[in-house]
Amino acid sequence: MPVNRREFLKKSVSLGAYSMALASGLVKSGPASAEWIAEQFAQGKLEETLKTLFKDAKITESDKIEIQIPQIAENGAVVPITVTSHLDGVDTISILVEKNPVPLAARFDLSPELEPFVSARLKMAETSDVIVIAQAGDKLYSARETVKVTIGGCGG
Amino acid sequence: MSSIRIRAKRIDGKTQIRTLITHPMEHGRNIDKSTNQPIPAHFIQELSVKHNGKVIANCAIGGGVSKDPYFAFMLKGGEPGDKITISWVDNLGQQDSEEHIIK
Repeated sequence: MPVNRREFLKKSVSLGAYSMALASGLVKSGPASAEWIAEQFAQGKLEETLKTLFKDAKITESDKIEIQIPQIAENGAVVPITVTSHLDGVDTISILVEKNPVPLAARFDLSPELEPFVSARLKMAETSDVIVIAQAGDKLYSARETVKVTIGGCGG
Repeated sequence: MSSIRIRAKRIDGKTQIRTLITHPMEHGRNIDKSTNQPIPAHFIQELSVKHNGKVIANCAIGGGVSKDPYFAFMLKGGEPGDKITISWVDNLGQQDSEEHIIK
């Protein structure tokens, strides 16, 4: 089917504008449209993943994010983690494991009906820092905790 | 049988939602020791939690989450009879969904 040139241009322009707006945070993606984005789950260094997730936004360390995680994990295949935040208006909680091949483990978009609380179980390839980033509006807060892994968790 | 199990517990006016999902969560970098072949990636990518039909949590999940993943959330409020729906989609397009009524 031949695509009308004008129609095509119009569509590509509006799509481009939308993705730009999305990237700059103008269009709030909100909990209803959170989707799995391959680049965020790419293999690489923690810094690269953080850049993909948050661009160059400033991340402030905060003691208002509480990470409950064992200091020593005997089995890296299952490391339970519970994150509780005392910050206001947290809408996203991201959990990253610094030394995993894919640093981002999970990203939770939470609606205001939920407390800023989440529990999960992580795989950890080796002893590493676990980083939690809480996003409240356009502000980013982080906390980290070191977990010593005695048996690697690569064998899921 | 559904791959999803849901428990909801009311604590001090809040409702703790816990879920356990049966899924291999293979990230694609493991080698099958008997055949020496890589095990293809097979993991849940998206998980959504609904409360009475309204989405309250949307999660993007990677292979860094353990096999048979467990998640917990804390709902502000929540009444007996409210419906919690949890559904997932994995990287192969498989999906499942389960409902639970808060007691």
